[in-house]
Amino acid sequence: MNRGRILGLATALVFASGAALADGVKDVSTTYKVVDDTIPQSLTGKPGDPVKGRKIAINRKKGNCLACHQMPIPEQPFHGEISPDLSGVAERYTAAEIRMRIVDPKVLNEDTIMPSFYRNNGFHRVLKKFQGKTMLSAQEVEDVLAYLMTLKDE
Amino acid sequence: MKKARLIGAAIVGFGMTLTAAAYAEDEVRSGYYWATEETKAMQDDDFANPGFIWVESGSEHWTKVEGDAGKACQSCHENAEKSMVGVANKYPKYREDMGKLQNVEQRINECRTKFMKAKAFKWESEPMLALTTYVRHQSKGLPVEVDIDGPARKFYEAGKAFYNERRGQLDMACKHCHQDNAGGILRANVLTQGQSNGFPTYRLKWNKIGSLHRRFRGCNKQVRSKPFAYGADEYVNLELFLNHRGTGLKIETPAVRN
Ligand code: HEC
Ligand code: HEC
Ligand code: HEC
Repeated sequence: MNRGRILGLATALVFASGAALADGVKDVSTTYKVVDDTIPQSLTGKPGDPVKGRKIAINRKKGNCLACHQMPIPEQPFHGEISPDLSGVAERYTAAEIRMRIVDPKVLNEDTIMPSFYRNNGFHRVLKKFQGKTMLSAQEVEDVLAYLMTLKDE
Repeated sequence: MKKARLIGAAIVGFGMTLTAAAYAEDEVRSGYYWATEETKAMQDDDFANPGFIWVESGSEHWTKVEGDAGKACQSCHENAEKSMVGVANKYPKYREDMGKLQNVEQRINECRTKFMKAKAFKWESEPMLALTTYVRHQSKGLPVEVDIDGPARKFYEAGKAFYNERRGQLDMACKHCHQDNAGGILRANVLTQGQSNGFPTYRLKWNKIGSLHRRFRGCNKQVRSKPFAYGADEYVNLELFLNHRGTGLKIETPAVRN
């Protein structure tokens, strides 16, 4: 326990000193507010599109949620099995809780394998073309969230 | 920390599959264990195993005189089937005169430049892959047993830190896939422990044999992280850590993998 904390601290220090963003690139974590490990406010103020969200969840270059999660997407042959099945996820969590999960799941579990889909700072040795970028845009996060909120019956 | 634990417990409570992946840390398994029956059969048959093309070509390079000293590997090491047995399973090794580790590829290039007065091979070149495969193949069936004591320790620790460090835009460490989730399914792939005992490995996806450092570069790039150069100190340290992690696994060179 203690060790985890000390390691965490050391990492935070390294990140703080080592991973500055290029000029003009905004740290997106300053653009939303975390309240009790949830993000109650939409990132864009614009409703998400669940049809687009479903496509993003499948797309290997975007969400690729299927890499790890099973989802009710029967036309896709390969679903990962190293994470909770997302069928019925909207019954288990509120939108604010799921938004937090997608944006930066390390707030909830610092050791998780799940990527932070809306973070652009504090990473180590990112390939040049992805530096300062988030995996999903703010609107894409809202789209995926809108899709997950349709997953109601188990 | 507490929170993470609670969430973890909640997930197990949902009856999820995370536990299926949770292998005991000391339960060491080669990638062979998770390979399809087809791939296993291909590896096991020396005639069907496409990696043997490089073993054969390596044996030809072994006897080929090259460089200003007018020597071949054979001039000094004679019969590889005797002299190279039990060599590769102990690499990388600490070299006092260099103050760091040296792996098999680097040892081969040292012999070429220092003793044969020949040009160093490029890392992923055909002759380098062939000779490395040939040399490592002589230890096939022998257990991996690298020395991490004394001066090698600090390089082992550096490799271990690398293994556990998150990197890239996907922000994952090697351990997230190959330790926490070994045996799990990642979309179309079965994750293995990411062991090094089969290298150079014939990968069906590559359609040729490839070095361990090529694999490192691939695993770095897939999490959108900048790879290191072939033969970089960081990768040789990582190699020592991985080999030690796989202590006791039998050398399979040339292994066949998807
Ligand atoms: C590399 C694997 C990986 C990928 C890719 C991934 N996740 Fe996850 N996800 C996990 C893991 C593992 C958990 C379990 C909780 C943890 O580790 O903190 C999880 C948990 C969740 C949860 C909570 C589910 C529950 O029932 O507790 C949600 C919601 C979620 N992920 C959504 C997503 C979405 C949406 C995407 C794609 C945009 C995605 N995940 C991509 C690994 C992944
Ligand atoms: C002029 C003699 C000479 C030639 C030619 C030569 N080597 Fe060497 N090689 C050595 C010496 C000397 C050592 C160090 C032996 C030791 O440390 O015990 C060595 C060590 C090695 C080792 C490590 C052995 C161990 O037990 O750690 C390998 C592998 C090797 N050579 C491969 C090759 C290959 C492949 C070639 C041809 C490309 C080659 N050598 C050519 C002299 C030679
Ligand atoms: C996103 C998950 C992921 C991460 C992170 C990852 N790998 Fe891999 N790795 C794979 C997959 C998938 C394969 C192919 C299937 C397998 O063997 O697991 C693989 C294969 C390997 C293999 C070949 C195993 C064999 O039997 O031939 C090695 C070695 C390896 N990885 C090492 C590493 C190292 C070292 C790191 C950290 C620098 C790393 N991997 C990070 C997914 C990953």
